[in-house]
Amino acid sequence: MLKNTTPPEFKVKIDYQRCRRCKRCLQNCSFGVYSFADRVVPDHSKCVACQRCVGYCPESAIEVIPNPAAFKYSSNWTPEHRKNIWKQSEQGGMLLAGMGCDLPYPILFDSMLLDACQVTNPSIDPLREPMELRTYLGRKPDSLQVETTKDGKLKSKTHIEQQIKLEVPIIFAPMSYGAVSLNTHKALMMAAKEVGTVMNTGEGGLHKDLYAYGDNIIVQVASGRFGVHAEYLNAGVAVDIKIGQGAKPGIGGHLPGEKIGMEISKTRMIPIGSDALSPAPHHDIYSIEDLRQLIYAIKEATNYKPVSVKIAAVHNVASIASGIVRAGADIVYLDGFRGGTGAAPTVIRNHVGIPIELALAAVDDRLRQEGIRNQASIIAAGSIRSSADAAKAIALGADAVAIGTAALVALGCRVCQMCYTGKCAWGICTQKPELTARLDPEEGAERLTNLLRAWALEIKEMLGSLGVNAIESFRGSRERLRGVGLDKQTLDILGIKPAGR
Amino acid sequence: MNHLYQKDISGCGLSGIISTTGKLIPAEDIIKTIRIQNERGNGLGGGFAGYGIYPEYKDYYAVHIMFDHEQAKEDAEDYIENNYIVARKERIPHRRTSAITVHPLLWRYFVKVRTERPDLELEDLNKDDFVVKTVMKINSEIDGAYVFSSGKNMGAFKGVGFADEIADFFMLEQYQAYIWTAHNRFPTNTQGWWGGAHPFTLLDWSIVHNGEISSYGINKRYLEMFRYKCTLLTDTEVVAYLFDLLIRKHGLSAKLACMALAAPFWKDIDRMPEDERQVARQIRQVYGPAMLNGPFSILFAHSRGLIGLNDRIKLRPLIVATKDDRTYMASEESAIRTVCTKPDRVWAPRAGEPVIVELDAGVA
Repeated sequence: MLKNTTPPEFKVKIDYQRCRRCKRCLQNCSFGVYSFADRVVPDHSKCVACQRCVGYCPESAIEVIPNPAAFKYSSNWTPEHRKNIWKQSEQGGMLLAGMGCDLPYPILFDSMLLDACQVTNPSIDPLREPMELRTYLGRKPDSLQVETTKDGKLKSKTHIEQQIKLEVPIIFAPMSYGAVSLNTHKALMMAAKEVGTVMNTGEGGLHKDLYAYGDNIIVQVASGRFGVHAEYLNAGVAVDIKIGQGAKPGIGGHLPGEKIGMEISKTRMIPIGSDALSPAPHHDIYSIEDLRQLIYAIKEATNYKPVSVKIAAVHNVASIASGIVRAGADIVYLDGFRGGTGAAPTVIRNHVGIPIELALAAVDDRLRQEGIRNQASIIAAGSIRSSADAAKAIALGADAVAIGTAALVALGCRVCQMCYTGKCAWGICTQKPELTARLDPEEGAERLTNLLRAWALEIKEMLGSLGVNAIESFRGSRERLRGVGLDKQTLDILGIKPAGR
Repeated sequence: MNHLYQKDISGCGLSGIISTTGKLIPAEDIIKTIRIQNERGNGLGGGFAGYGIYPEYKDYYAVHIMFDHEQAKEDAEDYIENNYIVARKERIPHRRTSAITVHPLLWRYFVKVRTERPDLELEDLNKDDFVVKTVMKINSEIDGAYVFSSGKNMGAFKGVGFADEIADFFMLEQYQAYIWTAHNRFPTNTQGWWGGAHPFTLLDWSIVHNGEISSYGINKRYLEMFRYKCTLLTDTEVVAYLFDLLIRKHGLSAKLACMALAAPFWKDIDRMPEDERQVARQIRQVYGPAMLNGPFSILFAHSRGLIGLNDRIKLRPLIVATKDDRTYMASEESAIRTVCTKPDRVWAPRAGEPVIVELDAGVA
C-alpha cells in the first residue's frame, strides 16, 4: 500500500493542564484517534470531527479544529479536489461518502419567503384558535356522492381507499435496519407513535420486536427485497416501493458483510456475514408497466393498503411521477439530490439529480395539468432542515415532508458524514454493540418527539400569521411564497412571484 | 392588462333579500339596505344581482358584458353570433349621472346555444358547460371584454362607484326581483376596474363577498384542474367557480358545498356520530383544496335560493332576519332595519354555519 500523504482534515488539541488522564476519550472515540503513553496522544489523521470526545471529556480539555495547514491558494484546485486525487491515487477506488451532498449548490428554500397578514385580513393566534395540521396521505376520488336518508341524515356513497392519517405533516424517512441500529429504529417508531405520524422502515425489513408499532410504520420494498414476506408487507399502514434515492439516483446499495450479525441476518433473511447488495434497478421492473404489476401485486397481498413509490429527483421527474400515479401508486415520494444516505459514491452524491424544490414544483404542476393530482399524495424529502423548509415544501405542493438527517441529528448525529464506516460514535449508524448501546431508544424517542412537536408549533405559528387555520389551505398555495434573487426561469418553474410583486 | 393576480383586498358591506314565495321585490328596498352601508365601501366598487328581472326572456341566457373598446365588442359579438342564437341584443340601460362619468361599453345579449355547433359534440358539453366555456373564453382571450353575468332571468349590474350611485347609473328602479343581492366595496389596492366589482357570477350563481380569501392560491390551482380559468384577478371569482364545481358539476347539495367551503374542525368531526363523521371526514379529504380560508362573509344567490355563509371562525360580520315571506341578510343589522323595522327573528349565524333559504316548493 502506498503511503498516505494526505494531510489530516482536523487537529485535535488537548489541554494537558486540564486533562486528568481519565481516558474517557479513548473509550468514546470509535475512530481510534487516541492512544495513551503517559498521557493522551491523538492521531490527527483519524479524527472525523464527530465531537464525541469533546462532549464527553469531563474536563472540557479537548478541542477539535480544522487543520490550519496551508494549501497554496487556488479557487479552482480547492483542497478538496487535491485531497480526493491523493486518496484515489493511493488506493485506486471510488470515493465513498455518507449523508447528503455537501457542495455549495444554491439552496432554493433559502431564496423563498413566506407571506403574512397585515390589516386587511386578520392573522390567527394559534394559542387561542384551533390550528389544524392533520393530513391524510393516499388516493382521493375526484368527487363525493352523498345521499340524504329518509330521516334526514347524510350518508356517503363514495368509498375512499385506505389513507394514512398524520397529525403532523412530517414523517420519518426510510433508513434501513442494518444501515442504522435497532435502537435508532426503535426511537423513530416510538416517536412516530407518540406524535401520530409514521416512520419508514427502509429496505432492511422490520425486526420482529417492532411489529407492535405497525400503525406508525410504512414498510419498504427495495430492489434487494430484504426481509420481504407476507407478514412484513401487512405489518404497517402502507408499503413503499423504493426505486431511487436522492443521494444516489440510479445506484443500488451495499451493506458490508461485517454489519450482518444474527439479528440483521434474521430480519433481512440473508446469511450472517454475507454482503447485502441491492441491485441498481429492480430486476422485475424494467419499465413502467412492470411497476404497475408490482404495485397491484402488493395491493392484492395487503388487501389494498396504500402503495407509495419513492424516486430520486432527476431531470424528467415530472413525467416519471405522472407515470407512477397512472400505474396506480397512491403516494409519490420525491427525494431531492441533497437527500441523505448511509453510503454512496461521492461523485454520484455530489453530481447527480436535481433539487427537491424544483422537482416538487414540477411534479405538482404536472399532476395538476393532467387532472390527477388528487389521485396521489406527494411526500417531499431531500434535506428538510427546519420547519421553514417543511412549510415552504408544503406551499410548493407537498402533502407531507420526510426527514432523515434531521431526525438523526436530533438523536445526536453531528453530520460527520462517516456513516459508511460503521464506526458511528453516537451509536446511530453502526451495528457494533458497544456503540449501539450508546443510543437509549427512549431518550432518543423523546428528542424526536420534542423536535416534531417544536416544528409543528412553528408551522402552526406560520399558518396563523398567514391567516389560515388548516394545512390544506396552505398546501400548494404558492401565492403565499415569494422568491428573492431568483432568475425568471427558476421563478417560473417554482410557480412563484418575485418579492415585491 | 396583465394576468398576474393581485390580492383582492377588500373590506365591504353586503346585503341580500329573498322572498321565498317568489314575490317580486322592488329594487328600492335593496338600494336602501346598501346605501346605509356606504361607510363600509369607499366608492371604488358597487353592484347588484337580481333574479326574476327578465321574465319575458326567462328561457334565454342573459349575458351582460362590459367592453373597454369597440374592438372588444366586435370580437365578442363575432364569437357569440357564431355560437348562439341571439334573440335580442341591446345596450344595458343606463343614464349619465354626476357621480359616474367614465364607464365602459355595457351591453346585454339574450341568447340560446346553437345546438348544431361541433364544439358541443366534440367535447360532449351540455349547454350550461358551453356557456361556462364561453365566459372563460371571452374573459381570458378577448382583450378588453368581461362578462358580468350569464344566467337565465337574472343579471348583474356593477361598476366603480358607491352602490347607490351604481343603482342610479343603471336605472335599477326599473327592475323587480324575487332575490336581490348588493355590495359596497372597499378595495385598497386595485384601482377602479368595473370587472372587479361584485357580484361575481357564473350561469345563475352570483356571489357578493366581504373578505379576503387567504387560501386563494390553492383554490385557484384546484379550480384549474377542472379547467376553470380565474381571469378576473380577484378572490371572489374563485368562490363563484367553487360553488359551480361543487353543486352543478359534482352534484353536492348546497349544505354539503358549504360544509366543504367552511369545513368543520377536526376536533368537532372526531365527536360526530359515525355516519356524519364519515361524510365530514371525506368532505375534508376530497375537498380540502376547495376550503375557503381567511375572513369572509358571503351571500351566494342562485335562481332557487339565497345562502349566507361565514368563515370557520367568523372573522367578518353577517346578520340574518326573517319577516313573513322575506329573509334578509346583511353585514349590519341597521341595513336590515331600514326596510324591515320589526323582523320576526334576527340572529347572527355561527361561524361556518350556512343559512340556506330556498324558494317554497312549487314557486316557479
